[in-house]
Amino acid sequence: MITQSEIMQTIDMLSHQHLDVRTITMGISIRDCASDDPKVCCDKIYDKITKAARNLVRTGEDIEREFGIPIVNKRISVTPVAIACESAKTEDFAIFARTLDRAAKEVGVNFLGGFSALVQKGFTSGDRRLIASIPEALSTTDLVCSSVNVGSTRAGINMDAVKMMGETIKTAADMSGGMACAKLVVFCNAVEDNPFMAGAFHGVGEPECCINVGVSGPGVVSSALKAVRGQPLNVVAETVKKTAFRITRMGELVAQEASKRLGVPFGIVDLSLAPTPAIGDSVADILEEMGLESVGAPGTTAALALLNDAVKKGGVMASSNVGGLSGAFIPVSEDAGMIRAAESGKLTIEKLEAMTCVCSVGLDMIAVPGDTTAAQISGIIADEAAIGMVNNKTTAVRVIPVPGKGVGERVDFGGLLGTAPIMPVNANSPAEFIARAGRIPAPLHSLRN
Amino acid sequence: MRSIVTVIGKDTVGIIASVCAILAAEGVNILDISQTVLQDYFTMIMIVDTAECRISFAELSDKLRAEGEKKSLDIRIQREDIFEAMHRI
Repeated sequence: MITQSEIMQTIDMLSHQHLDVRTITMGISIRDCASDDPKVCCDKIYDKITKAARNLVRTGEDIEREFGIPIVNKRISVTPVAIACESAKTEDFAIFARTLDRAAKEVGVNFLGGFSALVQKGFTSGDRRLIASIPEALSTTDLVCSSVNVGSTRAGINMDAVKMMGETIKTAADMSGGMACAKLVVFCNAVEDNPFMAGAFHGVGEPECCINVGVSGPGVVSSALKAVRGQPLNVVAETVKKTAFRITRMGELVAQEASKRLGVPFGIVDLSLAPTPAIGDSVADILEEMGLESVGAPGTTAALALLNDAVKKGGVMASSNVGGLSGAFIPVSEDAGMIRAAESGKLTIEKLEAMTCVCSVGLDMIAVPGDTTAAQISGIIADEAAIGMVNNKTTAVRVIPVPGKGVGERVDFGGLLGTAPIMPVNANSPAEFIARAGRIPAPLHSLRN
Repeated sequence: MRSIVTVIGKDTVGIIASVCAILAAEGVNILDISQTVLQDYFTMIMIVDTAECRISFAELSDKLRAEGEKKSLDIRIQREDIFEAMHRI
């Protein structure tokens, strides 16, 4: 029998601590939509998505009401378009993005991910055509998200791709006022079952269709930590674990229920602490609750390492299948505490880079001056990919060079994407290093130190 | 199907009566009820059976929420599974 205090604890998490399921993401394979005629390919993709996901949003809303849990987003991820549409005889891959956008709008989802290419070791013709189409694709669609995997621990880093992505990000920013870059992620060690945007895609090892759920709840963790103020860090870790367990159990329940109702296999629960710009829903607040004056202070990386690990340990036992990115996200524009610290100069890109060594992903939603060069962006991508490659973890870069804006100004992306202060980038040029291109070989796995 | 109704807010006359009236009208059986008032702050938890409910869960939820809004109360109905999942292994 559930006790009154347990019921009230749950109600409190839902009504005051921003507990929510961040997303139910339906992964759909579009591998069977290939055709050498791009028009046929588009029609097949549209039909497949609108058929598979026709009940997704309604089912999500039903679950939301019955269990009383907000489900913030309903999303779709598809097979990387560079693979599914490779055989289409066209240079213009943006038409596939527009088809995906139309399908996403038809079924009513919030985002659709998978305008993606996996090029860690080299490019196929489809990969090249897709990457060349990214700026137009993201500037002419609303809901489509794109990702490119440029490195992995086993393959090393494709520096040709790193160079290309720096240029692609610059072009996309110029075409869209920066907005397109909020929908574009460059990965190292990308995962195939991630339900979170902008990096979601339905990997080639995934089933025909599946349901992945991303849980959230930084506010719940930070409230739980208020009760153990001043106590040793092992107590902090235990508290985070227990809280993560509860949050993930809720995500598991939602995932199982959605899977049952939609008649689609359950994929994974992603145990990520995903902040939103709302006050009290911040990962930075958790780190500060542990005793840092501000996120960015010395000790931030250690506090984040503790948090990230404890979230995983607590969550793993709560779900039958854990996957995705699982950990703590540190997007700047989507986290009120990070915005505050970045605006006051207490948090720098360099410190964020250090934090990405121990967080779940990487440099996320960081606005940089409009005059940041493509080579500088490629340099940031290369650094982040190197961290991921060497440490055998997923890392990513989602930076937004905002045309016409400089350090000290702000940019507003709206909704969950939030508001970002423009952060300074180290002014020294890596242009010659980036221009060398080629590959950085995969790292050695012995002699680790 | 067992569900939990929670009512939270400032105490006024007739809160229980109004919630029970809605539940009775729609064929929802009340299995257990408990309430506390702490410093004018009213908290009621009901365990109900919605198996014979004449309207959909969503409609019932909306009706209760609307009643809550009239009286400045937070009234929720949620399936019991969510509490079980979060607090029991």
